[in-house]
Amino acid sequence: MPGVLPVLNRAAYELGIRAALALHCEIAPFTKFDRKNYFYPDLPKAYQISQFDIPLSRQGWLDVDVAGRALRVRIHRAHLEEDAGKLLHPELREGGDPADDGGGGGGVRAGRAGYSLVDFNRSGVPLLEIVTEPDMRTPEEAYEYLTALKRVLQYSGVSDCDMEKGSLRCDANVSVRPRGSETLGTRTETKNLNSFKFLAKALAHEAARQIKVLEAGGRVVQETRLWDPIAGETRPMRSKEEAHDYRYFPEPDLVPFVITPAEVERIRAALPEMPAERCARFVEQLGLPPKDAEVLTTDRGLAEYFESCVALENAPRAIANWLLGDVRKEMNERHLDIESLPVRPERLVELVRLVEGAQITRLVGKDVLTEMVVSGKDAAAIVREKGLLQIADAASLGPIVDKVLGANAKAVTDYRAGKKAALSSLVGQVMKETRGKANAPLVTRLLQEKLGG
Amino acid sequence: MEMLDLPAHELRDAVAGRRVSAREVAERSLVRIERLDPRLKAFLTLRKDAALRDADALDASIARGEPPGPLAGVPMALKDNLCTRGVRTTCASRILGNFVPTYDATVVEKLRAAGALLVGKTNMDEFAMGSSTENSAFGPTLNPWDVTRVPGGSSGGTTAAVAAGLATAGLGSDTGGSIRQPASLCGVVGLKPTYGRVSRFGLVAFASSLDQIGPITRNVRDAALCLQAIAGPDPRDSTSASVETPDFLRDLEAGAKGLRLGIPKEYFGAGIDPEVASAVEAAIDVLRRAGATTQEVSLPHTDYGIAAYYVVAPAEASSNLARYDGVRYGLRAADTRGLLSMYEETRRQGFGREVSRRIMLGTFALSSGYYDAYYQKALKVRRRIKDDFDAAFGSVDALVCPTSPVPAFKLGEKADDPLQMYLADVFTVCLNMAGLPGISVPCGLAGGKLPIGLQILGRAFDESTVLRVARAYERETDWHSRRPEVAEA
Repeated sequence: MPGVLPVLNRAAYELGIRAALALHCEIAPFTKFDRKNYFYPDLPKAYQISQFDIPLSRQGWLDVDVAGRALRVRIHRAHLEEDAGKLLHPELREGGDPADDGGGGGGVRAGRAGYSLVDFNRSGVPLLEIVTEPDMRTPEEAYEYLTALKRVLQYSGVSDCDMEKGSLRCDANVSVRPRGSETLGTRTETKNLNSFKFLAKALAHEAARQIKVLEAGGRVVQETRLWDPIAGETRPMRSKEEAHDYRYFPEPDLVPFVITPAEVERIRAALPEMPAERCARFVEQLGLPPKDAEVLTTDRGLAEYFESCVALENAPRAIANWLLGDVRKEMNERHLDIESLPVRPERLVELVRLVEGAQITRLVGKDVLTEMVVSGKDAAAIVREKGLLQIADAASLGPIVDKVLGANAKAVTDYRAGKKAALSSLVGQVMKETRGKANAPLVTRLLQEKLGG
Repeated sequence: MEMLDLPAHELRDAVAGRRVSAREVAERSLVRIERLDPRLKAFLTLRKDAALRDADALDASIARGEPPGPLAGVPMALKDNLCTRGVRTTCASRILGNFVPTYDATVVEKLRAAGALLVGKTNMDEFAMGSSTENSAFGPTLNPWDVTRVPGGSSGGTTAAVAAGLATAGLGSDTGGSIRQPASLCGVVGLKPTYGRVSRFGLVAFASSLDQIGPITRNVRDAALCLQAIAGPDPRDSTSASVETPDFLRDLEAGAKGLRLGIPKEYFGAGIDPEVASAVEAAIDVLRRAGATTQEVSLPHTDYGIAAYYVVAPAEASSNLARYDGVRYGLRAADTRGLLSMYEETRRQGFGREVSRRIMLGTFALSSGYYDAYYQKALKVRRRIKDDFDAAFGSVDALVCPTSPVPAFKLGEKADDPLQMYLADVFTVCLNMAGLPGISVPCGLAGGKLPIGLQILGRAFDESTVLRVARAYERETDWHSRRPEVAEA
C-alpha cells in the first residue's frame, strides 16, 4: 500500500538472536536492513526487506549425530528478512486444488484456469534465514542436520518448526565432484522441499542427475531447481538468463540498530540447555543408556517432564523406563502429548514409588497407569479402591499355588519330566488367579518348592 | 478584510470564539476555489460535502463547549501524495489515478485532531519529481502572480492555493526543495522540518531518506502553528525521531538580537538572478539592523549537491516506485499477454517521462558494477555535505541565503531541459541531504511582480531558531502581506 512504512518486529528480533545464540553464532554489534529489489507478484513492494552485508549473526555451528558419528556443521550466517506471499495457479477443472508454485522467483505460468491468485497472508511476516557452510556430504547428513536444527529451534522456543504450516522451510544446495577432488563442483539450489523425506530424496536425485550430466561430458549449470514430489525429480525453475541483479541498498525506512553485549547476555541467559548438552548430561550424571537419553531429549517438554520426576524421586532409570514404555504407549493410543497428559510428574512419581517399593507389581502398575490417564485419579486411590496391593506373603499365596497345581496336572507332569518351561505357565496361572497382584519371584519360589526343585 | 486572508491563528480564534462559524469559513473557501481554481488548477480533488460536514461537526462541538483544536476551522490544502482515507490520492500520476487509500497519513490524522478543515488534495509534480508542477499527469498548476509562469514545485498546488487564498494553509513535502522553492516562487512561507521531526507514515514515498512533510502558510506564526500540530514521534515510522517536540511559538517573537547568522558564500555564485541576489542581501541587512550579527561561512561541497542528490533520490525512488506493477491497486494496463507484458505496459502507460527517467537513473546507479561508482560515492558526498553544515553551525546559529536562484520561470521554459530544471534546486537540495530544517519567507518582488524568497537554514531539530529568524525578518517588512490579484478564468 502506498505510504505505509515497515517497523521492526521486536519479538522476531529477539527470537532471531536467541536462535543465533543457540547455534553458537557471533551476534553483530551493529546491524541493518537492506532492500533486495525484484519484481514478482508475490512481493507487494517489489523489494524484500532483508539483510545483505551485515547479517544479525554469523560463524556458528551445530553438532549433528549421523548414525553414531559426530558431524559439526558450520553456520555461515543467520539473518532476518520478511516473507513473501504465495502464488496459486487455479486449474480449470472444478474442485481441483490450486497448484502451489513453491514460492519465489521464476516466470509465472498461470494455471489452466488462465489466471493466478496471490495469498498475501504471510507477506511481511519475519523469518530467519540460516545458511550453512558446505559441510554435508550425503543426503543422510543433510537430513540429520535438519533434524538437529529443528530440535534446537523447538527447544529454544524460536519456532514450532511445523513444515506443513511453513514455519520451517528448506532450500538445499548440492554439487558433486570426483572422488579425491578438493574443489567443490558447480552447485544447484533446490526449492519446494516440504518435508525432511523430500529433502533427502531430492538431494539424492539431484546428485545423481549432476553425475549423469558430467559423465555424459556435460556441464552443471548454476540454477534454481524445483522439486516435484509427484514425479520424484528436480526440474529447472529459473534459467540463467533470468538471473537477477537484486540492486541491494540499505533500507532507508528502517534505522540501523545496535545490539549491546548486555542485551545479548540477557537473551543468552534465558536460553534453555540445548538437546545435545542435555542428552550428554542424562547419560553422564543420571546414568541413562544413550539411546534413552536421546529419545528423552528430542522433545523439550518430555525432557522437562522427566527432570521434574527425577527431582521428586531419584530413580532416573525407572522413570525413564516408564516414560519411554507405558507412558509413551498411553500417549500414542490416546493421541496425547506430554503437555496434555493428565498424569503430571508428581502423580507418575507416586506410581513409580508404589512399584519400586514393591507395594504393587509392575503388571498392576500398568493397569493403574491406564486408570490414572482415564479417570485422573491418583495411584494410591486406585490401588486402595480396587485392592491391588501386592500379595507377597507365603501364607496368602500358598493356597492359591496349591489350587493351581491341582488344576494343572499336565504342566506339573511336564515340569517334573524336565520341561522347565512349564513353570512359567504355572506362574502365569497364579498371576491370573490373583489378577496380577502376586509377587512373581515369591510365586516362582513357592512353585519350585512344591514341585520339589 | 476577506476572512480567508486572515492568518490561521486569527481565523482559528474567530471560529473558536464563535464570531464566525466553521461552516461559513468552509463555504467561503469552497466558493473561492470554485471561482479561481479553474484558472490556477491547484486542486486535483475537492472534499466539498465532506469539508462542510466536518465544519458542521466542529461548530456543533464548539457549541457544546468542547475545547477547539489549535487549527479549528482553518481551511487547509493537502498535497496529493498524503494518504487520505476514502479520498483519491494520485501523486498526480496516471498509475495512481484511481487509488483511494484505506487509511489517513499520520499528519492527516493530526490535522483532523487539531480541527483543520481539509478542503482538498492539490496538484504536484508526479510523485514529487520536479520543480515546476508541470510534471503532473493532470496538467500544470499556474502561478497566481503570473499565470504564464510556473508556481514552482513539486508542491506547486498547495503553494498556489495558499498564495491565492483558496486555503489558509496547507501541507507539502520536501525532498530536494519541494516546499521551499514553490514558496519562494509564490511569495508564501514554506517550512521543511528536520528529517524525523514529522512522521512520514502515509506520505507516498519518493526518496525515503530525504522526504519530509512540512507546512506552507502565509506567515511565520502559522508555519509554527502547523508544525506544532503535525510534529512528533510516530511508532509507525521508524525514522521519526524520539525527540521532544518543543513549543515552537515560545521563542517566535524573541527577535534577531544576539543571533549569529552565517552567509554561505557558495549560495551567491554564478547563475543567480541579480534581483534575487540584491533582495536577499537587503533582507540580510534588515536582520543585521534588527540586531543579528553576520559572518561569511563556506559550505565547500555545495557544488556536488545536485549531482549526489540526483543519484541518491532516484536510486531510492527506483525501489519505492517498483510497487506500482498493476497487481494490487492503481492502473493495470488492459489487454496484456502474460506477467512481464502486464508490468511493462502498466508502467509505460502509468508513469510520465520525468518519473520514468528517474527510475532508470536510479536503477542504473544501484546496478551491479555501478553501485560503488555512483550510489556509494553519492553517500560519501552526502556525508561531506553534512560535515560542511556541522562545521558552519559551530560558529553560527542559522544560515541565510536565497531559496531559488531565479523567480518564477515561464511555463514550458525548462520543461524540455531536465538539467536546467534540476538546477532550480541548487540552493535547496543540500539541506535535505543533511536532514536539516529550513524555511523560505518572501523578501521581495522581482520586477515588482514576481516573488523572491529568503531561505533560513538551521541545526538539526532547531526549527525554533529558524522560525525565530524568519519571524524577526517578517516583523520588519511587509512582503508577506502582499497578495497576488487573480482574475477569474
